Amino acid sequence: MSPKTLYDKIWDAHVADESADGTCLLYIDRHLVHEVTSPQAFEGLRMAGRTVRAPDKTIAVPDHNVPTTLDRANAETMTEDSRIQVEALDTNAKEFGIHYYPVSDVRQGIVHIVGPEQGWTLPGMTVVCGDSHTATHGAFGALAHGIGTSEVEHVLATQTLIQKKSKNFKVEITGKLNPGVTAKDITMHIIGETGTAGGTGYVIEYCGEAIRDLSMEGRMTVCNMAIEGGARAGLIAPDEKTYAYCKGRPNAPTGAEWGEAQAWWETLYSDEGAHWDLELTIKGEDIAPSVTWGTSPEDVLPITATVPDPASFKGGKVDAAARSIEYMGLTAGQKLTDIEIDTVFIGSCTNGRIEDLRAAAEILKGKKVKDGMRAMVVPGSGLVRAQAEEEGLADIFKDAGFEWRMAGCSMCLAMNPDQLAEGERCASTSNRNFEGRQGYKGRTHLVSPGMAAAAAVTGHLTDVRELM
Amino acid sequence: MEKFDKLSGIAAPMPLVNIDTDMIIPKVFLKTIKRSGLGVNLFDEMRFDREGNEIADFVLNKPAYREASILVAGDNFGCGSSREHAPWAIADFGIRCVISTSFADIFYNNCFKNGILPVVLPEDQRDALMKDAEKGANARIEVDLEAQTVTSSDGEVFSFEVDSFKKHCLMNGLDDIGLTMEKAAAIDTFEAQASADRPWV
Repeated sequence: MSPKTLYDKIWDAHVADESADGTCLLYIDRHLVHEVTSPQAFEGLRMAGRTVRAPDKTIAVPDHNVPTTLDRANAETMTEDSRIQVEALDTNAKEFGIHYYPVSDVRQGIVHIVGPEQGWTLPGMTVVCGDSHTATHGAFGALAHGIGTSEVEHVLATQTLIQKKSKNFKVEITGKLNPGVTAKDITMHIIGETGTAGGTGYVIEYCGEAIRDLSMEGRMTVCNMAIEGGARAGLIAPDEKTYAYCKGRPNAPTGAEWGEAQAWWETLYSDEGAHWDLELTIKGEDIAPSVTWGTSPEDVLPITATVPDPASFKGGKVDAAARSIEYMGLTAGQKLTDIEIDTVFIGSCTNGRIEDLRAAAEILKGKKVKDGMRAMVVPGSGLVRAQAEEEGLADIFKDAGFEWRMAGCSMCLAMNPDQLAEGERCASTSNRNFEGRQGYKGRTHLVSPGMAAAAAVTGHLTDVRELM
Repeated sequence: MEKFDKLSGIAAPMPLVNIDTDMIIPKVFLKTIKRSGLGVNLFDEMRFDREGNEIADFVLNKPAYREASILVAGDNFGCGSSREHAPWAIADFGIRCVISTSFADIFYNNCFKNGILPVVLPEDQRDALMKDAEKGANARIEVDLEAQTVTSSDGEVFSFEVDSFKKHCLMNGLDDIGLTMEKAAAIDTFEAQASADRPWV
């Protein structure tokens, strides 16, 4: 048998039907659902008189719209249209009999944090969701990607997706990381190298010593932003850390079934001699604490750098860079560490897990948020929030002057009231720095949790290593 | 779904690279539970000021392009979020074809579910069509899905590739779910075998 990549193996294990032209029906093991991209899909089912084919494999949680203020149990904290969307999910979950974590449930949170936390995401699975950051689940060696609402409806009705296979892209991060460099810096650095379209048409497998050394949470951060590099999905082969993370989770297998599952998971790696359509190797030591300066996730530089000159780019990027710099209110040649910040956001499916909060709290311990700054922590789930309270992290954040919020997507995409005002500038642990992403005319600099905490203390973009 | 076979129309030039789905349809418009009526919000933050007045120099506000049915766009069009509200807004505005050098994967797939044809062409050909589009309302571009060609207003013909299954569905306005349901037996067989092989799933 010819050698296969990890992606080849998962793909082959899920092809339910293949047409002569290579179009496949890919069977879906887990379908995650949230309130924004699903109402039209459920409505479509209703209108066609269809049902959800596999309700046991379908898990829903509201996250995008929900308020993160402590008084959110009061429905009046939501705008009318947000409330209607969340209520639609409540109704659809009940009517179609799918697993559901409503806002009132302590397990509620961002769908990509809840899935792994509850043991829904396991190695070798196919996982989809009407959300591009479904890539997160690739950290388990699961083939996971975002889909549109028509495809949500297709999966609800048939538990399959019509797919053609992508190409294989190997991204290897060799050696060790330097102090102060995190999973977020790895994934941003890669996008800085490949560009936001560099992964288009590929599934990326991240490998190498620096990836192996990451915790499961760090691996989720890396895979989360595979989509920002244009890839259909990001993958990391499962190992002992993966099994240890999954074991004992509410929906993970137990007893003899666990043994059977692990035996299969242990076969999930790319074979020696497997074919790669594209390869990229980066030395771990070459990655610095990173920050974005522009309005595309590919606009990444080490924190020690300066705002680039648009003329240093090629093609359409020259105009795009000039537009970004103007939008961001910056000047070419300006030191990144001189950029003043007025808002700090720690949270999102990229960096809203317990280790992210620990990393930020480590920098904040005994320090204060600079006067006049707005700083907020939005835990990725109710359980992350509870754990952070138990560990004393919540007190560190509150003592420093951070707002300590309830779980949700919050200011990552600003669909709820957590938004930047016009011209406000945010150091954010989220994943997208697009124009208007965090609020109309808001300005976003993407950073790691430690870098966000450092900026909160100093009031400007800061090299986290100076506060370590 | 509306069928797509041939289209002859005005093309609006949008040379900016990495036009993302947040630009195409800002999140404030994602709170709908319907698919329709999003055309008025297409490119909202580029098209209108805070008071809702048109921004005169935005391409779709210019008299020549108000009736555009084609977009010629910079590289990596549609990157970012999976929101299908982006193609819903594009189609509702009346645009049925987007031409670029590359598209983000999810957006590309979403187009085919909504009667929109995304056309990938090499940079020099896209640039030629961008120049053509810049001529305004007198320069009509023709798109023929059956023949897989785009013809400029000067009669220059460019061929493009498109997946045969996607082409078939778009040309005939077919409902994917209906087609897949015809293969229910294959799904049943697969599901039975998979649950025997991997009972923990």
